Amino acid sequence: MVKKKRDAWLIVSLVLLASFLLFLVYPMFGLLKQAVISPEGQLTFAQFTKFFSKSYYTGTIVNSVKVTLTVTAFSLVLGIPIAYFYSFYKIKGAKILFVLSILCSMSAPFIGAYSWIMLLGRNGDLTRLIEGFFHLIGFADFELGSIYGFKGILIVQCLKFFPLVFIYMNGAFKNIDNTLMEASANMGCTGVRRLFKIVLALSMPTILAAALMVFMQAFADFGTPMLLGEGFQTFPVLIYNQYLGEVGSDYNFAAALAVIAIIVTAIVFFFQKWATNRYKFSMNALHPVEKKDAKGLSGFLMHAYCYILVAIAFLPQLYIIYLSFRNCSGAVFKPGFSLINYQQAMKKLMLRSIKNTAFMGILALVIIIVIAVLIAYLVVRRRSMLNNTIDTISMLPYIMPGAVIGLALLLAFGKKPLALTGTFAIMVIALVIRRLPYTIRSATATLMQISMSIEEAAISLGASKAKTFIKITVPMMANGIMSGAILSWVAIVTELSSSIILYNNRSITLTMSTYVAITRGNYGIAAAFATILTVVTTLSLILYLWVSKSEDVQL
Amino acid sequence: MSVTITINHALKKYGENTIIPDLNLEIKPGEFFTLLGPSGCGKTTLLRMIAGFNSIEGGDFYFNEKRINDLDPAKRNIGMVFQNYAIFPHMTVRKNVEFGLQNKKLPKEKVKEQADKFMALMHVDEYADRLPERLSGGQQQRVALARSLCIEPDVLLFDEPLSNLDAKLRVEMRTVIKNIQHNVGITTVYVTHDQEEAMAVSDRIAVMSAGVIQHVGTPKNIYQRPANLFVSTFIGRSNILNGKLEVVDGKTFVVAPTGYKAEMVNVQEQYKADQDIVLSVRPEEFLLSRDANAEGIPAIVDDCVFLGLMTHYFVHLESGEEAEIIQESSIDSIIEPGTQIKLTLNTEKINIFTADGSANMLTGVCNDCAN
Repeated sequence: MVKKKRDAWLIVSLVLLASFLLFLVYPMFGLLKQAVISPEGQLTFAQFTKFFSKSYYTGTIVNSVKVTLTVTAFSLVLGIPIAYFYSFYKIKGAKILFVLSILCSMSAPFIGAYSWIMLLGRNGDLTRLIEGFFHLIGFADFELGSIYGFKGILIVQCLKFFPLVFIYMNGAFKNIDNTLMEASANMGCTGVRRLFKIVLALSMPTILAAALMVFMQAFADFGTPMLLGEGFQTFPVLIYNQYLGEVGSDYNFAAALAVIAIIVTAIVFFFQKWATNRYKFSMNALHPVEKKDAKGLSGFLMHAYCYILVAIAFLPQLYIIYLSFRNCSGAVFKPGFSLINYQQAMKKLMLRSIKNTAFMGILALVIIIVIAVLIAYLVVRRRSMLNNTIDTISMLPYIMPGAVIGLALLLAFGKKPLALTGTFAIMVIALVIRRLPYTIRSATATLMQISMSIEEAAISLGASKAKTFIKITVPMMANGIMSGAILSWVAIVTELSSSIILYNNRSITLTMSTYVAITRGNYGIAAAFATILTVVTTLSLILYLWVSKSEDVQL
Repeated sequence: MSVTITINHALKKYGENTIIPDLNLEIKPGEFFTLLGPSGCGKTTLLRMIAGFNSIEGGDFYFNEKRINDLDPAKRNIGMVFQNYAIFPHMTVRKNVEFGLQNKKLPKEKVKEQADKFMALMHVDEYADRLPERLSGGQQQRVALARSLCIEPDVLLFDEPLSNLDAKLRVEMRTVIKNIQHNVGITTVYVTHDQEEAMAVSDRIAVMSAGVIQHVGTPKNIYQRPANLFVSTFIGRSNILNGKLEVVDGKTFVVAPTGYKAEMVNVQEQYKADQDIVLSVRPEEFLLSRDANAEGIPAIVDDCVFLGLMTHYFVHLESGEEAEIIQESSIDSIIEPGTQIKLTLNTEKINIFTADGSANMLTGVCNDCAN
């Protein structure tokens, strides 16, 4: 009597599972194998022994964890107040502040690093300006501290990641019902006490989610420590150096490092899940909080805080645009303005980079959206062991830093029968894997909000299951998917850490071109590439705000 | 064109949990049939089995002679109205209404004509080009109704369609639904937990509890001659008193807790014997006397509530049982709390049940679902 319908969705499930096994599980497995099997085919933990026996190696993980935790803490400390002021007070020019913050969070981190080197490096414009000022007023020996090392990474990453916290927290604060605020005031709890006891306590799940997001991204960030680290070596840099080091590649050791990296991120991931479980509640505000006027001294201070913070965060992007129009030869900027950097960039594969970026980005995005929608549907509407397995596997990349994914794909598809190295395909696969978990989350969350009865209504009106899915379910998910998709798009365009391992001259992207120009000392050309990249992300954001007709961004 | 729905030995299980053990029902062509019961009684489950959204673990469902157990829900030609309206939020009102017609592959002019007709019928034609988010709940429900009616379904299914509306709109919309159904004459199954709503709209009502149909009948019959104690307490309010049945010289008497006796002329033959019974007396079926010496059940007034047309008295009997009495308000003074009164029974109206409450002992019970 009872029979489960075997329909097209089962085929979808199986195809998805097969793709994940091939492009995700198999490379992961290969990575693990590479790490524990010696070139002679023996099981060995020599690579791990090597890692833990030298403080040169273990130091990198200490460095990474130290700087990443500090960045996470500072990003929260910087981001929560601006989100609070933005959500609870009428800040003048609030929308512009918000949009600029999103732009900051969207730029590739290493471009920020590069810009800060130009500003505050040993020969930076700001360095000379400030030191010159102090010399003038009599402190002849004054020297600005170094931007390199721990401090530099901290500054650059904080300024890049606090907007993430801002965007996250803004979403949480909007869900706080005004009656909760009033009830709290009624019982004599207002001001700072209410901020901590009610507002932040209610937002705890989001604070933890934002913290995890910042941690994962900061930990995996390769470009910033590469450019700014100098003696302060972090983990992704070590992996990259082992893969393409000065002393030749050591794939086995690089694989072992990748495994260790995954273990670290997995520990953080599960710790965050455990912590989040202790704050399980959901809110949906019927009466959103009414923004208050920001008046008097406190109002002035709020404005000052918001403006100064966003200005500092946005400064590097403006400075890069300015530099791109300066005369430059090699690493030296000269007085006067021209388009020479852009002309030079044309010779350095600029058109190919733009074309590749657009082609691979759009292709990856389409694949991501299709897979995310299908998985969301399977997980939400067709719960089964099989589909839950697919969901779990699809979340794996969340704890895999970009460099690890790059390395795993390289090891898996570097040789026949599936020799994909250096092709567009492997770059697109890497991009898809990198962004998929985020888009799946937002698609799943969107679908959960949609009442099942709407699909049932369509079916009872005679629509087939396929038609219901395409004409009802997907359009209703469109808003949620779009908001995730544009942000995925920007992340794809600015992807560095996996691409750097997988790219070659044919498949070079804008971000890669920028990075290559910086590392080769072609600073002017790098500025030109970075400017184009900024223009692309800005246009994407404008498109998003225009399409979604909202001033809000959810990640 | 109207359809008879026949359900034989329906069985519904979720895993090991049996929701509906064995249910038989016949819904007549063109009838407005309501499934009424407390939440969790299986009424929505049954409706969704008819619609095809729940699997059927056993039994047979027929539309006329056609067995529909394995028929795709999209092909059952059902118009369904949901509690949350289930209006497609990304389509205008017109697109919503036309959706089902387009699935029938009707020509364009016919689709437009039919949609226009039903939007006008439901008075939503003026919003035809609006998106539903700008409509009120009542308007959305009208759109949902137009949408499900315009495909000219064989069966209309309503799943608590009014429970998200405010009280005033609820009353207004139930009249709309009743009139429309009456005009189009489509066999209708309506699920609700609101008994007043059920009374107002239905030709017949099935009272359900724990997956079992307790009583199928007209609203009047269910209220006046409930098939068992559950129905008697679930529909309207009833005071429940333990009593006895006595047969003296061929006459049958009920004996109330304190010994008050009243003759019953409508007891079924099979029950005419001395036995324990349960009396079910609705608040308006008590007659109240201020004369402490009169015959009747002695009681003391605890509280009284004046509601204009009616006055409610809350009393306790000497045996400790509490009771509620409703009297038409009289012009003289209200009986003060603490006053001794006497209660007599309107024997024509009260019901008596077997001691376990499983059956009504009186004649005149019409249960179309006699198990």
